[in-house]
Amino acid sequence: MAGSGTAHMRNTVDSVLTVRDLTVEFRVAKDKIVKAVSGLSFDVIRGETLAIVGESGCGKTTLARAVLQLPPPNSGEVVLDGTDLTLLPKENLRSARTSMQMIFQDPISSLDPRMTVHQLIDEPLEIWDRGTRAERDERINNLLNNVGLEPELVLNRRSYEFSGGQCQRISIARALALDPRMLICDEPVSALDVSIQAQILNLLQDMKDRFGLTMIFISHDLAVVKAVSNRVMVMYLGKICEVATPDALYSKPAHHYTKALLDSVPIADPTRQRKTELLQGEPPSPMNPPSGCRFRTRCHAATSRCAEQEPQLQEVAPGQFVACHHPIV
Amino acid sequence: MSSLLSVRNMSINFDTPRGSLEAVRGVDIEIPAGTSVGVVGESGSGKTVMCRAAMGLLQGSNVNRSGTVVFDGHELTAMSKEEVRNLFGSGMAMIFQDPMTALNPVRRIGSQLSEGLRVRLGMSKADALARSKELLELVRIPNAAAVLKSFPYQLSGGMRQRVMIAIAIACNPKLLFADEPTTALDVTVQAQILQLLRELREDLKMSMVLVTHDLGVVAGNTDYVAVMYAGEVVEYAPTKKLFADMRMPYTEALLESIPKVDHKSGTRLAMIAGRLPDPTDRGAGCSFAPRCKYAQEKCRNEHPELKKDLDGHLYRCWFPIGEAK
Ligand SMILES: Nc1ncnc2c1ncn2[C@@H]1O[C@H](COP(=O)(O)OP(=O)(O)O)[C@@H](O)[C@H]1O
Ligand SMILES: Nc1ncnc2c1ncn2[C@@H]1O[C@H](COP(=O)(O)OP(=O)(O)O)[C@@H](O)[C@H]1O
Ligand code: SF4
Ligand code: SF4
Ligand SMILES: [Mg+2]
Ligand SMILES: [Mg+2]
Repeated sequence: MAGSGTAHMRNTVDSVLTVRDLTVEFRVAKDKIVKAVSGLSFDVIRGETLAIVGESGCGKTTLARAVLQLPPPNSGEVVLDGTDLTLLPKENLRSARTSMQMIFQDPISSLDPRMTVHQLIDEPLEIWDRGTRAERDERINNLLNNVGLEPELVLNRRSYEFSGGQCQRISIARALALDPRMLICDEPVSALDVSIQAQILNLLQDMKDRFGLTMIFISHDLAVVKAVSNRVMVMYLGKICEVATPDALYSKPAHHYTKALLDSVPIADPTRQRKTELLQGEPPSPMNPPSGCRFRTRCHAATSRCAEQEPQLQEVAPGQFVACHHPIV
Repeated sequence: MSSLLSVRNMSINFDTPRGSLEAVRGVDIEIPAGTSVGVVGESGSGKTVMCRAAMGLLQGSNVNRSGTVVFDGHELTAMSKEEVRNLFGSGMAMIFQDPMTALNPVRRIGSQLSEGLRVRLGMSKADALARSKELLELVRIPNAAAVLKSFPYQLSGGMRQRVMIAIAIACNPKLLFADEPTTALDVTVQAQILQLLRELREDLKMSMVLVTHDLGVVAGNTDYVAVMYAGEVVEYAPTKKLFADMRMPYTEALLESIPKVDHKSGTRLAMIAGRLPDPTDRGAGCSFAPRCKYAQEKCRNEHPELKKDLDGHLYRCWFPIGEAK
């Protein structure tokens, strides 16, 4: 079967989320189809943070949205706590979705500027009828305290009065309002200053511990996810390249693309600058992805086999899976 | 070494409904000819305002400025708008974070690039188009002919930034201001753009001011670094010296907060708690004191003077790193 394989699937009862053979395509013209996510499988175990990393356009957001059925995928399964969301009728889907919340990259524009902080966090509580007015107000105060904002200073202000980092704190409080089991963070710190990134990353770790969350954390930068992830999945043009624990993936990347991503992270030391060749160009169009290995047009190790055969994920070291015909050893 | 740009005692205030906002406070910066100087600091620290003022671009009736700017022997602060404008292109040029704001969304890249050449260099239409294609090739755009015919929205963020660089270098400027040119880009594209800027500086003998919030970016791309905090330069040194022998607690905190690939997973990141102080309400002491782990009583009461080590390393701190407290 076309796809990137399933060797990395753990198939355990502890899975909160299991995604199988997920495909998302967009028809943009009569004969033009964007293959955004192509036959992708992964699972996320209770209490784990799975990082999904790849360049812009590789399908990270589309994947996250397909998990939430926004919109539903073209094919594949999305099993949350034993229920396949793709088979659920609309009404049940709405309530299933409350246990999975998403945080977006652009903290300022993802919050409605007409609403006060109080209204923003109250909205989900009100829609789902969680408690009396007094109970909800107490919950809102609690949430704000948890994300490091002082309720009395922020409740009546609107998003545009806050910095990017503070808006991201508000988004986190709102996402936690309904006690989700799973939090999907889509590039939550990409738009923030380096100095503020660490604040938000630490906060997300704290919230995960405090509320027993399972997380998916999306980024284009491998450095950003190192501290917060238990497992890292590298994507390229809608496919998986490599899945591994952070220790294995960062110290001994097995896929040429993973290595290239690591080599593009700036080194904050003028005496230790790399001499390695940079990854050139940008990913080709997902409307017409390369045959075989989709990375082959930018891979310096590509051979004719890479154009003919699609590599399947295989275990190269304990817990390290790579889809490459000529992995780095 | 002679200075290409020299900013002396620059202060910029804005009149705002909330009172006077001190965006830049007594900044001195030298850009020696042929060098690249990094300006590093958090959002709101005054980097963009300082650069725009240094280019003579800061307009508006709510702007109050003082200090002098000397570029290539001309005192900008004494020149008319017209004279300053003539310095653009061949003297100074700039690129910034979001190329979309500078590109016209409804005109093809070719016409935008060649128009500048016709106006500024008096080229014929055909010559300007040919030169435009050369410029796109110079910034390593693979399919230059096709890109000339495209609209900005059809290009990726990285390609748009390359087009902006092509426009900026069209008249061989002596100094390029690059204001967060890679902040909105993927790390892979950031690495490519930084490499391109290094190569162009070499080939065109161009100096550069590289503005960023990421100390990681300046490490491999600059000769000197100025660290800004709350409108002031709080540390200035040759890049190698700065990283080897940091004096300023803020610079150290900025460096430690960078997410790193060798960070131990599952452990907390070092961070700078809190935020920049309110720019309309500058307190008496060190602006960094509320966030500084070394802060003492004196820091909260007295504003630190700029100190200079024997080797020219500048810093603004009562209790610099490496000195007995
Ligand atoms: N609604 C849509 N219609 C058409 N193409 C889309 C749509 N959403 C995303 N795409 C395309 O799908 C690909 C994957 O996009 P996306 O998931 O946003 O990537 P990422 O989040 O990794 O940057 C891109 O080529 C993008 O242009
Ligand atoms: N035209 C303006 N009017 C009023 N305040 C301004 C104006 N431009 C910038 N500022 C303020 O000046 C300070 C410095 O801004 P800026 O130079 O853009 O910071 P940076 O580039 O370091 O992020 C900020 O507090 C900003 O809000
Ligand atoms: S399969 Fe071939 S083209 Fe793909 S990453 Fe491996 S070596 Fe490179
Ligand atoms: S003067 Fe005091 S508060 Fe300011 S940076 Fe130095 S030690 Fe910290
Ligand atoms: Mg995305
Ligand atoms: Mg700026």
